[in-house]
Amino acid sequence: MKETPLSNCERRFLLRAVQERKRLDGRQCYDYRNVRISFGADYGCCIVELGKTRVLGQVSCELVPPKPNRAAEGILFFNLELSPMAAPAFEPGRQSELLVKLNRLIERCLRNSKCIDTESLCVVAGEKVWQIRVDLHLLNHDGNIIDAASIAGIVALCHFRRPDVSVQGEEITVYTPEERDPVPLSIHHMPICVSFAFFEQGTYLLVDPSEREERVMDGLLVIAMNKHREICTIQSSGGIMLLKDQVLRCSKITAVKVAEITELIQKALENDQKVRKEGGKFGFAESIPNQKITAFKMERAAVDTKDVEEQAEEIITKADPPSEVFTKPILHTPGTAQIGEGIENAWGDLEESEREEAAEEEGETDATAFECQQMEMEDTITSCRSLYNFFFFFKDEPIVLSDSEEEEVVILEPQDVPRKTRTQANLKQENTSKKTLNKKRKKKRAAH
Amino acid sequence: QYVPVKGDHVIGIVTAKAGDLFKVDVGGSEQASLSYLAFEGATKRNRPNVQVGDLIYGQFLVANKDMEPEMVCIDSSGRASGMGVIGQDGFLFKVSLGLIRKLLAPKCEIIQELSQLYPFELVLGMNGRIWVKAKTVQQTLIIVNILEACEYMTAEQRKQALAKLSGN
Repeated sequence: MKETPLSNCERRFLLRAVQERKRLDGRQCYDYRNVRISFGADYGCCIVELGKTRVLGQVSCELVPPKPNRAAEGILFFNLELSPMAAPAFEPGRQSELLVKLNRLIERCLRNSKCIDTESLCVVAGEKVWQIRVDLHLLNHDGNIIDAASIAGIVALCHFRRPDVSVQGEEITVYTPEERDPVPLSIHHMPICVSFAFFEQGTYLLVDPSEREERVMDGLLVIAMNKHREICTIQSSGGIMLLKDQVLRCSKITAVKVAEITELIQKALENDQKVRKEGGKFGFAESIPNQKITAFKMERAAVDTKDVEEQAEEIITKADPPSEVFTKPILHTPGTAQIGEGIENAWGDLEESEREEAAEEEGETDATAFECQQMEMEDTITSCRSLYNFFFFFKDEPIVLSDSEEEEVVILEPQDVPRKTRTQANLKQENTSKKTLNKKRKKKRAAH
Repeated sequence: QYVPVKGDHVIGIVTAKAGDLFKVDVGGSEQASLSYLAFEGATKRNRPNVQVGDLIYGQFLVANKDMEPEMVCIDSSGRASGMGVIGQDGFLFKVSLGLIRKLLAPKCEIIQELSQLYPFELVLGMNGRIWVKAKTVQQTLIIVNILEACEYMTAEQRKQALAKLSGN
């Protein structure tokens, strides 16, 4: 699906807001959004939420032969996937530029910085080493995927436990988690990426841009640093030119932010460790809160049930008696019959609307008076007809109803209706013809 | 996902100009087409001033599931009645379709309460898009945040939040 285009209006507004140092969600320029880390039931599985941006990280391991030029080192494999549920613009199976860029950045940040000791992953030099695979899935895109992904990656690696291995001569024994507790990976330091968005050729700077801000930014600077103030990776994209002191200022801000985030990660890991040791419940089912929408919930209204019985009796007495149920089969035409109650046919309504149209053509002032009278007549006619039916059913004979509409024509016997003179003659003719028709129908019915 | 319905008023973003036709994105599966003659007072010589990226408030003339929808900025009698290009400035954001219907109901409490805070201009599109403009950027942002939060707040929470704001 294509992305919704950004309108000029939004662009102008966001730039104005940046100039006034205002952000869409009320943060300050150098504020990060809330970081929330939750762990799954398995070792090595975690979800990191940076505001509304969510990344899921999962680590797994496997014994494989090592790379020929690095026989005594383990293998690290990183994979970041932009799931289509993250944003409508992401399609599965498409290698977009953004995806390649993000993958490369995560690899450089976590692999080239040597935060994981790969030599400790070696089991038998030249034959078997551990291959650690880190899968990162983006679940929701609300800006700043890089930061969230780097945090998820490092947290998942810290949380992961690999099976214990012992080597005796030529034999390698891999212990299952039941036999021996799994061993954590040896991690030297934790590099964290921090992104800076630049606007107006580097004049304005925002930390942790949200999705809207990312769309209007001129350039992006990403610095990956660990808590010992060592820069692991630095990348500038967007083609903006930055001054030396701007970059230095950014690195100072990064140092502060990284310290905060590292502390948060440590706390989260400790908490999880504690919970697992004490045997309490852990895993996503516990840590991700149940989000319910309660805006439309209404309190149950108290129902007044005092006069219910009296009211019910009143209603019953006032209501018309239910129509009789006849169980005689009615033959519509040879071959089709009807058993059971049917609704009183409302052919009268059709005729009524035709009458109204005719009345409108002739004169609006007359129409309303005509209609009122017509309604009353309708009621009497339908009650007459139901009496007719009643009368015939008593005779104990099957009644043949044909489909011809003539039978259902409503007979109107209009009384003194004030009408224009030119139509008076017509009406009188209608009256006489209808009356004769009426008589004919009566004869027909009597004959049955 | 919004499904275009005939007669619905929506806010669209102009994505392309093709001769005498504009392509407008309304948040549905297809882009709608808008003729340049469908504005009040537009003739072949007197073209409306619409650029790519502008916001348009219009209604659907034709909208069925087999064809691309068509929209116009003019009502059946030829008058604009508020439709057309939405002015510069202001901010556009998206909310759920249910909230829009709630806001469009007659005597909506939310809008009445908000109007007591400070004056602002508001355009609601049935496709989930809202355009707001207030005097300053700060006020606009406050209104945007309140409207977005109204989806999940009960009436009391909203009254509390507004009371806090008007106290400031």
